[in-house]
Amino acid sequence: MTKIARFHWRPPFEWIAALRFLREGRTQSLLIIVGVGVGVAVIVFMSALLSGLQANLIKRTLSSQAHIVLLPPEEVARPQSGAQATALNLQKQGQRLRSIDQWQPLRERLAAWPEVAAVSPVAAGPAFAVRGDATKAVTLLGIEPDLYNRVVSLADRLIAGQLRVGAGEVVIGSELARDLGAELGDKLRVTTAGGAGETLTVTGIFDLGNKGVNARNVYVGLRTGQTLLDLVGGVSSMDLALRDLDEAERLAARIAAETGLVADSWIRTNAQFVTALTSQRVSSNVIRFFIGLSVAFGIASVLVVSVIQRSKEIGILRAMGATQAQMLRIFLLQGGIVGFLGSLLGSALAGAFLMFWQMLARNPDGTPMFVIGVEPGLVMIAAGSASLVGILAAMLPARRASRLDPVVAIRG
Amino acid sequence: MVDAVTEPVTAKPPVLQLAGVRKSYGSGETESEILHGIDLTLQPGAFAALIGPSGSGKSTLLNLIGLLDRPSAGTLTIAGEETTSLDDNNLTRLRGRSIGFVFQHHHLIPAFTALENVAMPLLVARGRPDDEMYERAGKLLDQVGLGERKQHLANRLSGGQQQRVAIARALCMQPQLVLADEPTGNLDTHSADDVFALLRQINRQAGTSFLIVTHDPRLAARCDRIIELVDGAIVSDHANAAA
Repeated sequence: MTKIARFHWRPPFEWIAALRFLREGRTQSLLIIVGVGVGVAVIVFMSALLSGLQANLIKRTLSSQAHIVLLPPEEVARPQSGAQATALNLQKQGQRLRSIDQWQPLRERLAAWPEVAAVSPVAAGPAFAVRGDATKAVTLLGIEPDLYNRVVSLADRLIAGQLRVGAGEVVIGSELARDLGAELGDKLRVTTAGGAGETLTVTGIFDLGNKGVNARNVYVGLRTGQTLLDLVGGVSSMDLALRDLDEAERLAARIAAETGLVADSWIRTNAQFVTALTSQRVSSNVIRFFIGLSVAFGIASVLVVSVIQRSKEIGILRAMGATQAQMLRIFLLQGGIVGFLGSLLGSALAGAFLMFWQMLARNPDGTPMFVIGVEPGLVMIAAGSASLVGILAAMLPARRASRLDPVVAIRG
Repeated sequence: MVDAVTEPVTAKPPVLQLAGVRKSYGSGETESEILHGIDLTLQPGAFAALIGPSGSGKSTLLNLIGLLDRPSAGTLTIAGEETTSLDDNNLTRLRGRSIGFVFQHHHLIPAFTALENVAMPLLVARGRPDDEMYERAGKLLDQVGLGERKQHLANRLSGGQQQRVAIARALCMQPQLVLADEPTGNLDTHSADDVFALLRQINRQAGTSFLIVTHDPRLAARCDRIIELVDGAIVSDHANAAA
């Protein structure tokens, strides 16, 4: 053994035989490798496309939303003591605009959590925006711009002006600006149901990529908002940004349990959207599974034929002293090698598809609609699982090869 | 070991000893016995022909001796090792170590070169190639006159050349016994004579025992011993003075 090691590494007998057999059956081997490659390409392409698409969708959806929104607990009407609860027909109470109790210490506490990226207090409520003859119902949001910007990246979404909401200043959406005919520097009047009103100067116009939000959201300074909404010193909600999106549901439950507040995660707020994403993922897994299955059957059928074609050679090798285990390994290896080579080809094909796709799918400004690529990790997973599928698919033919009766095989 | 007493000429045990070997196929009503109690002993250095008409059971007997098949009854001893109780792996090992095969149809593996085909039994036994096995295979190819064709793929050689490669391969493990099934059956007269001469030469030089199945009376006449099989039984077994 040491003598061999001094020269160069030589593959074991099974590897040599497996590779020679594949090389000899050139056309057959090429066809099945291409077959595996196409299957792997579809799987890799679909996975990359889907994860890119979903990441993009989630990003767009969350661009105008907090990951978790904290609201004061709902007010519930309670019967007066002594009354028969069962006999009463309690009418549900309407919800007033109220402040979160002790919001400042709470904000500091939550901001210190490692999972929480940012906490932004918001004083929000209904209002009217009036300019000349035009009146629009809007949602008035009093924010601290620096904090809010870390939850919803408003500053990046401005199409005019700046994110400046000092006293007497307002930032509005592109839809509202059009409806009211307002431009930068123009004045508009915001009044609330309580009768409070203030005339504000437009300092910024944003486009959050959502028509409803662009028509509805009106941003003012936190203090202005508190005054207009009659919430002096208070906030109606707190918006949270998280470090890990998928943790939203778990964290919301924890915050609700610890604070008694209502905590809505984006996953619950967008339940239908999330369900759609999940079912998209499930259906793609089903497709992937069946592609994998048909790849496995392809490999198996080619190897079954190859075992029959090579039965004479198998018989000779057995007569030469090759054991059943050695014959088994030769054919298992052929399956694995076909799977592995096919996966490399497939990954290259998928990479080419994706580049082509990104050339086609572009935003109007020429930037790619979403960035997707074949990651090395994905290629490694594809190669590993394709090799494994190949070995599993070779199981049946390899067993046949190992159990061939050498006498029958040699006689052919 | 026991036979050393009755055969004082040789100190070694016989390379092959069959006692009451029977072989039948099928079972119940369809059972048919091909070999009916064969007794046969081959001493080291033997050069014996096994003749008989088609269907006499020659191939079946050869498969049993080659450990490719198991007898239904009786004992089969190869190089002093009783084989009927061995499992498949041990049979395979004994076969690889003690018996070389030369088939009628050459039976080389076309995906490998002449050199690799010759080294195949060693490669299979050791599990990994090394220089020594290729050296040994090279010498054997020189010996059978194919030193120039070492790197040719097996299916690029002529019939006679392929059969020489097959003989070199049969000798690779330095077996005590070589079984040749119609080794010249597929060759023209000239090549057949060459191949036979080669077998004879190896027998004389290395003392390897040969059991040669043949249809060819010309060939049988040149062997030291002629064993005739008819209908699954040995009908004559005599030394051949002419050889």
